Amino acid sequence: MLPLNATILQINEESPLVRTFFFDLKFETMEPGQFVMVWVRGLDEVPMGLSSKNSITVQKVGEATSKLFELKEGDSFGLRGPFGRGFTLPIKGEKTLVVAGGVGAAPLAPYAEAARIEGSEVHTVLGARSADDLIFEERFAEAGEVYISTDDGSKGTKGFVTDVLSNLDLSSYDKIAVCGPEIMMASVFRLLEDREVLEKSEFSLHRYFKCGIGVCGACCIDKSGLRVCKDGPVFSGLQLLDSELGKYMRDASGQRVKI
Amino acid sequence: MYSLTGLKLKNPTILAAGVLGTTGASLCRVAREGRAGAVVTKSIGPTPKTGHSNPSMVKLDCGFLNAMGLPNPSYPGFLQELETAKKDSGVPVIASIFGGTPAEFKEVAEGLLPGKPDAFELNVSCPHAEGYGAAIGSNPCLVEAVTAAVKDVVNVPVWVKLTPNVSDITCIGNAAESGGADAVVAINTLKGMAIDIESGYPILGNRSGGLSGKAVKPVAVKCVYDLYSALEIPVIGVGGISSWQDAVEMMMAGASAVQIGSAVYDRLDIFSEISTSIEAFLQRKGYSDVKKLIGLAHEMV
Repeated sequence: MLPLNATILQINEESPLVRTFFFDLKFETMEPGQFVMVWVRGLDEVPMGLSSKNSITVQKVGEATSKLFELKEGDSFGLRGPFGRGFTLPIKGEKTLVVAGGVGAAPLAPYAEAARIEGSEVHTVLGARSADDLIFEERFAEAGEVYISTDDGSKGTKGFVTDVLSNLDLSSYDKIAVCGPEIMMASVFRLLEDREVLEKSEFSLHRYFKCGIGVCGACCIDKSGLRVCKDGPVFSGLQLLDSELGKYMRDASGQRVKI
Repeated sequence: MYSLTGLKLKNPTILAAGVLGTTGASLCRVAREGRAGAVVTKSIGPTPKTGHSNPSMVKLDCGFLNAMGLPNPSYPGFLQELETAKKDSGVPVIASIFGGTPAEFKEVAEGLLPGKPDAFELNVSCPHAEGYGAAIGSNPCLVEAVTAAVKDVVNVPVWVKLTPNVSDITCIGNAAESGGADAVVAINTLKGMAIDIESGYPILGNRSGGLSGKAVKPVAVKCVYDLYSALEIPVIGVGGISSWQDAVEMMMAGASAVQIGSAVYDRLDIFSEISTSIEAFLQRKGYSDVKKLIGLAHEMV
């Protein structure tokens, strides 16, 4: 597909560095966890998880996202997608644990909402640097119970999401969905592995994408060779055993960069 | 087993350069799960390159447009990937290389030799990287010099991948043969472009790029047909192959084997599907050997 034209209808400031852009296209078939390629014309195209059927939630981290932050309501950008494999929804009666760190909450908010609609009891562990950086706390609270952790202790447990997870009975959950900074996900991965609940878990990975459609191979992970853009971005915990998660990723040239 | 420039292939379908070839693990997956008969790496050059900005590839109704811009970690950075592919893929691994001069080609080939590639494929055909690829591949003297320079320092087969963006591809094919090439690979992508009519911006980050997929197949068939007539060395056919019928057609035009690129978009096991179906076709038609297909169209007059 060629990029579709998305006109910005509304911009919400979620935290000092995170904004949600609502646009005039609606991806009705979107699975939570799927992404779109966002084309900032004349500059670059970057992958973004959908935070709802008609929004992306963006952290200002580089050139393309900075340019996106200059856009106003009525401005437009290009969109291709939704692409990739999303999170597996629970079935009625299953218990779901959502583990979200920072802007990793973006694809998990629609997941928590969809899980709730399926009839699942949803608990969320939501972490951020500080109270100001918490994203979508209300959306998660609508879906079920929320446990908060902040690095600086300005809200909830002082520390990391793993400090909250350590005190939960992880074996009581049927689905565990994780998205956040890679270091956080690697810690959660180790904890879930220790507690022998890895087979219930799914993680959403971010890697440098070029084509975004599963052809070029720039985003393949070791040792499986799976493509993050097409076989992921959501992988089961078991698929990530003995993988590069938390160790390294490849940059635009394909060189390994330590995490 | 199937022999191609001395390499032993389980089947005549090969992963094309620039597709799923950035990492050793990915090449292994294409070989093991996809059952490709051989795999060609991403094109590797003398220094790390990040490539063009995105969008770098878009799907069209008739194929794909791409302008990756030869992103690669350079030969020292790629050695460990090549070693992984060699160790675990179980199939011949062909190193695709590029450079701006015969000396650079030589440097990259020598630099990758410790990874023990089964053959080299010289990229003198990328249509959208200034000073590289087709900039060399449209000049017969440079093609001959580059081929000879690499042949001089390696003792494995050297394939030369040709661009269709020239007035006479057989002239370039002859130059590769004169330089000592063991095979030519035809074709790389055709120059192409797409424009976003909402904004007027060219869609690719590089503004224009190369067309692959279904749309280019008839062009590739004609190029392979002409090269088969003009050259003594084998021609490897590539361009728009996404079914066993496409592969058989390319072989009848003169291809000794086929490469598959964009079609991995649909499915990774396209290689096993095509090779199994070719076998079934041979049986149905009563051909004793896949070799009977190669260049068949030339006999039908």
